[in-house]
Amino acid sequence: MLVFIFRRILILIPTLLGVSIIIFLMLRITPGDPAELLLGERATEEALHEIREHLGLNEPLYVQYGKFIKRLMKGDLGETIWSRQKVWIEVKERFPATIELSVAALFISCFFGIIFGIISATRPYSIFDYLSMLGALIGVSMPIFWLGLVFMLIFSVNLGWLPLSGRLSVGIDLEVITNFYLLDAVLTKNWAALKDAIWHLIMPAITLSTIPMAIVARMTRSSMLEVLRQDYIKTAKAKGLSQFMVTFKHALRNALIPVVTTIGLQFGVALGGAILTETIFAWPGVGKWMFDAVMKRDYMVIQGGTLFIAAVFVVINLVVDVLYAVINPRINV
Amino acid sequence: MLKKITVLMTVFVFLFAGSAIAATPKSGGTLIFGRGGDSVGLDMAYETDGNSFMIGDNIFEQLMAYKDESTALEPGLAESWKIAPDGKTYTFQLRKGVKFHDGTPFNADAVVFSIGRMMKERNVKFHGKGWKIPAQERTPEYWVSMEMDDTVGSIEATGEYTVVFKLKRVEAPFLANMGMDFASIISPTAFLKNPKEFVRKPVGTGPFKFVKWVRDDQIILEKNKNYWAKSGGPYLDKVVFRSIPENSVRFLELKTGNIHICQFPNPADIDLAKKDPNLILPTQPGMNIGYLSFNHTKEPWKSNLDLRKAVAHAINRKAIVDNLYKGMGQVAKNPIPPTMWGYNTNVPGFKYDPDLAKTLLAKAGFPEGKGLGEITLWSMPVPRPYNPDGLKIGVAMAADLKKIGIRARIVSYDWGTYLKRQREQPDDMDLFQLGWTGDNGDPDNFLAVLFDGLASSSIRTQWKNEEYHKLMQQGKQTIDQAKRTEIYKKALQLIYDDCSVISVAHSTVIWPAHKSVKNFKLHPTSSVRIKNVWLDK
Repeated sequence: MLVFIFRRILILIPTLLGVSIIIFLMLRITPGDPAELLLGERATEEALHEIREHLGLNEPLYVQYGKFIKRLMKGDLGETIWSRQKVWIEVKERFPATIELSVAALFISCFFGIIFGIISATRPYSIFDYLSMLGALIGVSMPIFWLGLVFMLIFSVNLGWLPLSGRLSVGIDLEVITNFYLLDAVLTKNWAALKDAIWHLIMPAITLSTIPMAIVARMTRSSMLEVLRQDYIKTAKAKGLSQFMVTFKHALRNALIPVVTTIGLQFGVALGGAILTETIFAWPGVGKWMFDAVMKRDYMVIQGGTLFIAAVFVVINLVVDVLYAVINPRINV
Repeated sequence: MLKKITVLMTVFVFLFAGSAIAATPKSGGTLIFGRGGDSVGLDMAYETDGNSFMIGDNIFEQLMAYKDESTALEPGLAESWKIAPDGKTYTFQLRKGVKFHDGTPFNADAVVFSIGRMMKERNVKFHGKGWKIPAQERTPEYWVSMEMDDTVGSIEATGEYTVVFKLKRVEAPFLANMGMDFASIISPTAFLKNPKEFVRKPVGTGPFKFVKWVRDDQIILEKNKNYWAKSGGPYLDKVVFRSIPENSVRFLELKTGNIHICQFPNPADIDLAKKDPNLILPTQPGMNIGYLSFNHTKEPWKSNLDLRKAVAHAINRKAIVDNLYKGMGQVAKNPIPPTMWGYNTNVPGFKYDPDLAKTLLAKAGFPEGKGLGEITLWSMPVPRPYNPDGLKIGVAMAADLKKIGIRARIVSYDWGTYLKRQREQPDDMDLFQLGWTGDNGDPDNFLAVLFDGLASSSIRTQWKNEEYHKLMQQGKQTIDQAKRTEIYKKALQLIYDDCSVISVAHSTVIWPAHKSVKNFKLHPTSSVRIKNVWLDK
């Protein structure tokens, strides 16, 4: 097991190197120039030249890439073009917000997705099955943007139950230690902030959870259906085990393997792709940050951010693989 | 009857007195300002975006200041100033008793440091011990694009509170430039403590102090209790600038009372705001121009005046303002806004007249567009302060042109490429849309920068007119504003007569606010000034 993990971490190096080359080249091929966007309408040839010189954009591509890799070897992702900040610090400020949101969304989607999937599978072609699969279909097809706004209108504007946007209400003081607000609130025993942060988290997390929930539900259903047809299930039933035991102890555990894979992938997608949810709910995470960077051609942010997300993605995949072994000891990693 | 009148009068007196009391500013409270994005950085010498400037507007001050709701100048950190007869030496007398937020005294050396650090060749002299100015880590974009290195020769502190700027050339807009954000005076000690961090921990002399910045979320400022001006604000204890990227969500936050001011709402929400008794609508004509111009480097546009005029008369600018600016704009006659001095009211503007346009087109040698072929109409891919939707406006213009027989194809690129290729004046560009937001309220900042093609190849329109070029040079080198007004009026007449550009519209800025927000005035330069704002709870 340890050897496996070590090997997988080693694979990270060529993976990230590949990602860095692709991203670096794609950015340079894509039209648009950060200097031009910095100056906008007032750009003059002289000013543009000076800025490019300062940013090192006048140098040949291989020199630029070489410098980037050299910094990377030292663990330095470089400095952003627009805000003149270390990319790493910017990631550190935003990533916890995205993780908090993604984990909450994933938790909701797993909980409900698996329950709906099980109900559908154990009662195939019943009204429950149709209802939960219809729900899943709606969940997948609902535009997040629209859904977010509808939630806001209902739960914030009309009912006044939940805050509209942001991570914390203005006026709530929270000593930030890790940038995970829930964790920070617990660490500093600031219960008012904890409640406020949870309140702020609910709506964006539900909005973000709809698509993964639907996918998890469908995946659980089909995987469960297949497992339930197996002989050992029949044996278990014949032994006189209760329906509950059969479903949860024998069937679910075996049906979970593809579901866990899906969840791992969905988590990766949520990390990099929560742009819409983050934009609507003014959630200061990496999705919106990366999107803005693409619009502004902040090469350093895009390169550094993508590398970081790629690394996290690889690690999540590793965790998923390890989980396989935990769920099903027959799988030898 | 008499009794009734007495009662009524008493009620009126009370009501009047009540409103008078309500108009007295109250201290305290937290104002929450909702905006579309986060600041990029907070060191004004290096910033280029409005979201950064609006924080600087409240933390920093400059030697000169702009008056409320106008770009007329008034003393800022300089109490008075003298211009030598040759127009090249400016002597500023500074305010005494001003302190930076970190307690550093404000004096002439601080001015030398703040402005001097932007110079390529640091030709500066301190009065006291002074400081060593660290090397620039990047280009001070505004300083460079305003060509300040070609203007400022040296800066010298000749006394504790006297600073002398020696210019390389006569530059009439110099004073106005010294009121711009990039010319903010910073605390040298705070800067030198950690030059790399100043961009995130700014220290100035302004009415509010920087407290905290949560990236992409909020920036918190608090009242500067030791602010030098004894009359007026700051009244608020705290100001929070919240980033809420989505326009409709920002407006919902305003409607539900979670924020006090909503920047850049969707035009459709303005009507809702008008109907809401809890909201007010601070409005200001923007200091900007959205225009359509010609590729003056190629024929037939370069020398065919009738053709240019035909296009100008063919475009229904009122319909564009009504339907695409959604009323948040006004049809332009001149390429400078009507609130700016130098505006020429005698210029009639091109009226929408398709018949006249057809006649002119025939006169130009292209009856019903024959012989002209398909032309290109470059349209911006992104909304800009002066143009809410370049592509839709392009489509409307093309439809107008079709009515007189000109076939126009819309061309667009991503914003960076658009700006780059436009400046190169390529052969595949016939007409192009672009615009400008003014920096300092000086007509030179519109007219020379945009239209004097003889001055530089970077000028966007590349219209080359000897007489106009002379006027622009005269304008820069004349200090007397009355004389300059006449010069710019003449220049505007020239632009109209030669139809070098079609001024389309000036956009209007409307930022709805909660009715408890008092004394909030929008500024033509788009700066956000919270100093005199107070909350009536």
